[in-house]
Amino acid sequence: MRARLIIARLIQAIPVVIGVVVITFILTRALPGDPAVYFAGDAADEASIQQVRETLGLDKPLPHQFLQYVRDLVRGDWGNSLSTGQPVLADLARRLPASLELTLLALLLSCAIAIPLGVMAATSPGSWKDHLCRVLVTAGVSLPTFFTGILLVYVFYYLLDIVPSPLGRLDFIYIEPDSITGFYLIDGALTGDWETFRGAAKQLVLPATTMAIFTLAPIARMTRASMLTALSSDFIRTARAAGLARRKILMGYALRNALLPVVTTLGMVFSFALGANVLVEKVFAWPGIGSYAVDALVASDYAAVQGFVLAMALLFVALNLIIDLVYALIDPRIGFDS
Amino acid sequence: MTTEHAQNQSFAGHVGYVLRANPVTMLAFAMLGFLIICAIFGPSFVPFDPLASGDQILQPPSWAHWFGTDHLGRDVFSRVIVATRLDMAISIGAVALSFVAGSILGCAAGFWGGWWDAVISRGLDMIMAFPLFVLAMGIVAALGNTVENVIYATAVINTPFYARVVRAEVNIRREAGFVQAAKLAGNSDLRVVALHIFPNALPPMMVQVSLNMGWAVLNAAGLSFIGLGVRPPTPEWGIMVAEGANYIISGEWWLAVFPGLWLMFAVFTFNLLGDGLRDIVDPRQRR
Repeated sequence: MRARLIIARLIQAIPVVIGVVVITFILTRALPGDPAVYFAGDAADEASIQQVRETLGLDKPLPHQFLQYVRDLVRGDWGNSLSTGQPVLADLARRLPASLELTLLALLLSCAIAIPLGVMAATSPGSWKDHLCRVLVTAGVSLPTFFTGILLVYVFYYLLDIVPSPLGRLDFIYIEPDSITGFYLIDGALTGDWETFRGAAKQLVLPATTMAIFTLAPIARMTRASMLTALSSDFIRTARAAGLARRKILMGYALRNALLPVVTTLGMVFSFALGANVLVEKVFAWPGIGSYAVDALVASDYAAVQGFVLAMALLFVALNLIIDLVYALIDPRIGFDS
Repeated sequence: MTTEHAQNQSFAGHVGYVLRANPVTMLAFAMLGFLIICAIFGPSFVPFDPLASGDQILQPPSWAHWFGTDHLGRDVFSRVIVATRLDMAISIGAVALSFVAGSILGCAAGFWGGWWDAVISRGLDMIMAFPLFVLAMGIVAALGNTVENVIYATAVINTPFYARVVRAEVNIRREAGFVQAAKLAGNSDLRVVALHIFPNALPPMMVQVSLNMGWAVLNAAGLSFIGLGVRPPTPEWGIMVAEGANYIISGEWWLAVFPGLWLMFAVFTFNLLGDGLRDIVDPRQRR
């Protein structure tokens, strides 16, 4: 039964992926002027532009072009980056672990702060704790991520000097760990290289905090709302009447039920986080796919930008899928049809 | 006539009540007024020309230069104030476009249902399947790096939110008594939707607009921070923060901090306003 539900959910993701590919295809064709001119590069003459046009299939009708586009994508041919000269897919694959390490750590940090905050606010609605939570959360979402990052750099690097310079994943005094997963923290821990682990962790603190501050708001808000609903429901009243310990009621019963809607909002949070990721990577010179895309944008390197947009969209679809599956796993009542 | 008058009065009374009960909302309106004044009159009262470079470079804030000067000796205060108009124009333009587009799409999907609904809803889902800021980057990259395209991109990524609100509001009133009466009286479908059903969706839309404005300002500033849209030397908050970022590690904080704070102030204003407007239009808040 469970397996069938999971397969059904996987099938539901297919039209979304098709939609994403259609939109990226439209973006490819919407290039101002002639796409062939852009893909041929600045130094191209008339003949090589014509050649590029034929290789890209731009002289064929649109449906045909679309099929060819899809075939190339499936084969792993996402075009070549003009600025690095490498295949876009290889570039993205090499840089993806850096982005993922940062984003996932930031979300973990964000959940670790936001959920207790939301619970605290919900247990005493209308109190100063509640108001404090509301102000903190509204301020957090009003802060532009890039600005928070710069402020943190100023305070913790320039004024207090307790973090390393905000450039990249590892200070130059450390040696990169052998790449097993590409996540420096995990690789460092796996190889037992704690020196590198500490170095990588120090570099991660500021960018991860920056992103966490931005994603705090939706999680805390949702936790508060669903916690309030849970606390006013009958089973909690019964539990109270039965004289269970306050802690047991709060953590054991209310929070477990309140977490379900929070898991669903994580989808929206991911959308924010992946966008904020681009800005944070730019501020901290983080060698992930976000800063790759920013460099490509400045250099008008369209294949790289489109590859990035597509990769991010697919990543987002995959994350949403995982969230839904997790949701079904932790809540036995849920079927995918509802 | 008299009942309408009484209704107006009670609505005004309600607004007054909410404002008195919630001083934060009143503060938000005052902050909005201040921003509008800056946007309209800013360029004519700033002490320095925002584009004129001077010989006093990288000076910290002083009596003459309230927010200090940047690496070309330009007055940061003047630049921040003058930028208000451009940043507001971009976000208002984007929000207005998505308001109109979202209303039309939402009405079509909610009123006619069927194929219209299926096509429009799936189309909007496709947009929502992207991380929105990333999609905006892609759109600007594809259409070309100009301010207009930043507005279009911001409008596209915001449209689904409006369309969904309108679709839901229109859909629940499709079969309502007053709609059938209007139809029987000989109004065309288009007229019924536009004049009888759509106005009901306006209150939740206004809340959406206000909450969305803050996000639109952030988005536009974020895009120009990574070098899209507005180009230097035009004063704009995102660019100013980006330029100032290069000086932050050597301690010249005022270049990035003041534009950043101003940007934050604007976003904060709209977020507060959205919360306040929701209190005014949400019937559950009425007592």
